[in-house]
Amino acid sequence: MTQGTDADTATDRATALAPALDTDALLDDPGIRIVVCCGSGGVGKTTTAAALGVRAAERGRKVVVLTIDPARRLAQSMGIDSLDNIPRRVSGIDGESAGELHAMMLDMKRTFDEIVEAHADGERARAILENPFYQSLSAGFAGTQEYMAMEKLGQLRARNAWDLIIVDTPPSRSALDFLDAPKRLGSFLDGRFIKLLMAPAKMGGRAGMKFLNVGMSMMTGTLGKLLGGQFLRDVQTFVAAMDTMFGGFRTRADATYKLLQAPGTAFLVVATPERDALREAAYFVERLAAEEMPLAGLVLNRVHGSDAARLSAELALAAAENLDGVGIVDQTAGKAGLRDPADWSVVSPEAVADPDPSEHEDTEDREPDPEPAPEVATRTETVTEDASVEQLTAGLLRLHAERMQVVAREQRTRDRFTALHPEVAVTQVAALPGDVHDLAGLRAIGHRLATGSTPAGAA
Amino acid sequence: MSRFQVVSGKGGTGKTTVAAALALALATEGRRTLLVEVEGRQGIAQLFETESLPYEERKIAVAPGGGEVYALAIDAERALLDYLQMFYKLGSAGRALKKLGAIDFATTIAPGVRDVLLTGKACEAVRRKDKQNRYVYDYVIMDAPPTGRITRFLNVNDEVAGLARIGPIHTQAQAVMRVLKSPETAVHLVTLLEEMPVQETADGIAELRAAELPVGRVIVNMVRPHLLDEDALRTAAGGRRKEIARALTRAGVTGSAGLVRPLVEQAAEHAQRVELEREQREVLAGLELPGHELPLIGEGMDPAGLYDLATELRKQGVGDGVGEGVGQGVDT
Repeated sequence: MTQGTDADTATDRATALAPALDTDALLDDPGIRIVVCCGSGGVGKTTTAAALGVRAAERGRKVVVLTIDPARRLAQSMGIDSLDNIPRRVSGIDGESAGELHAMMLDMKRTFDEIVEAHADGERARAILENPFYQSLSAGFAGTQEYMAMEKLGQLRARNAWDLIIVDTPPSRSALDFLDAPKRLGSFLDGRFIKLLMAPAKMGGRAGMKFLNVGMSMMTGTLGKLLGGQFLRDVQTFVAAMDTMFGGFRTRADATYKLLQAPGTAFLVVATPERDALREAAYFVERLAAEEMPLAGLVLNRVHGSDAARLSAELALAAAENLDGVGIVDQTAGKAGLRDPADWSVVSPEAVADPDPSEHEDTEDREPDPEPAPEVATRTETVTEDASVEQLTAGLLRLHAERMQVVAREQRTRDRFTALHPEVAVTQVAALPGDVHDLAGLRAIGHRLATGSTPAGAA
Repeated sequence: MSRFQVVSGKGGTGKTTVAAALALALATEGRRTLLVEVEGRQGIAQLFETESLPYEERKIAVAPGGGEVYALAIDAERALLDYLQMFYKLGSAGRALKKLGAIDFATTIAPGVRDVLLTGKACEAVRRKDKQNRYVYDYVIMDAPPTGRITRFLNVNDEVAGLARIGPIHTQAQAVMRVLKSPETAVHLVTLLEEMPVQETADGIAELRAAELPVGRVIVNMVRPHLLDEDALRTAAGGRRKEIARALTRAGVTGSAGLVRPLVEQAAEHAQRVELEREQREVLAGLELPGHELPLIGEGMDPAGLYDLATELRKQGVGDGVGEGVGQGVDT
């Protein structure tokens, strides 16, 4: 792989190989009805989804953003800090031809409850909602959030009230969970064991099922002992109550899955230029391909760049060391170190020869003093100013060297991804110094997404 | 320090890395630690660059002074089969149950049951003794689920109470709960000096306390070095560009005029970041918990980086003798 000084070559290669992802074209395409943002935890999925939502709305589309677990201040900035499971219109969307932005935060338990209420009559629905297994499953099953996110997506799409749905995916232990969970819950609820639990009697008459039946009673006996008799009775009640809904779950899970494969859907894999995040992104890209789901490209968040990229880390560090030594050099050599006499002439040799610049740090504060000072004082100030400029400049150079090391490291990480998946279009979002929690910030991110705002020096 | 160290944190904060570094740091002076993972991600194997961990305690690293780190990937199904075997000597019948999907069923339908099997296995390792009646592991460190789910995960008793009201699972849940709520356990939260993870840490601590689970330390991970002091930065933003250009030229940098603006801008961004980090440090200080800070390992995490972090933790007092430590006062 490329190392250190090869970074420039690597940059050229990556630029040549990875096509640019045009997010505006994606958001403007009326054929695109669903954009799914996925990726591992902590890479900025929610912020990306929200920023795309703001941008799409301001470019004229009627958008709803479905977020799963937004940071509080981000949610507040969009006016969705109440967990009511209903899309709310976001105010403050600007632009001459602006559309609308709506946003909602998923409440997985309520979504589950709503499905039960919609598909079972009053008596049965109540039996399900009160069952301890239902309560446990609806609030805590590792895949429930993923399943309900997909369920909600299906519902929003079915309402057909928006022309673009942007969905954030749950903060799963693995980015792949959100594809697997709906199927897992579906096959679980549809599973062999549940069928056995529900209807052992049905199989009694069939010779081939005799063994199963024996196994069954042994098993329920064992599980009953292990978990307590009530456990199995509750399970059986739950399963019996859910019976009528199994078909529905299965059908909707399949429908949502097909929706995700449809041409109107686009997946954006979100990552940061770090090893783990890009490894997850690579898995995800492979998985989407295997599932025949349409990948639009990779959003690379928090990419560092530098407008001073022509100054390498090595040169910056060497220059910083030169400056550290300047005081000493000049003490002995006077003006020998000067290379820019025109600008330099204001400083006297005595000034350069200050033995310990740090002692004068306090006088620094007086620098803006507009009063004409006596001759001696002026000279002292010049000394101080100049000495700390050396320190300051050395500091700037070291900071720059660190930045360039980060840029090079991110580039190497990205190169590895591009080498594996040269076909994946990429847009980069330059790192911001702080968190984003207002529409203006989201707008800025949206702009960076659109321009691919390739930070200088980072491809 | 508590013998059972649970490490949680928001996704992306590096909790697996911190758990592993802690396991290494605590394995000094011939001590033996067990690092467990419960989410089936094989994060430990990736970190130590070894093959996938089986459901089996296996030595994965040695620490200075003859210490040993063992690792185990706990799998709920296997743990349930273990229990069935332990209590009912099921043997091949257990495998038949598995084939029918019964195990999957039992561990899926009731997340609380799943969690009690995972925490139960870890608690068993915490309490396990050898023939000389000495603890087999001096410390057990768990790479636990993220902050958002940690309280529910550990609060197994409540989760299982409504489901299994009697029977071994019920008894097991109660035994596990006794360990988890005792001073033997400490739940640490890993965070970054960024707003979202810090907020989530504060929320997580409140939830843990409400559930009477023992909160340990706050570990700030990936702390970046400060290369310029803030006064200097303010000066940098304050228009000394010509002088800086001259200084650059003196330092041998060519074409310095064009470099001053980006360099000063980078410094201003740095200053902004430092300021945000300072704000987050204040929020963390307001939590009044003992803590550690671990540096960012620039080149990405590998076993060498882990050893560096473990050394850093030891420098900050982790592993200084059993049963004492900065965190002791709040562990209970």
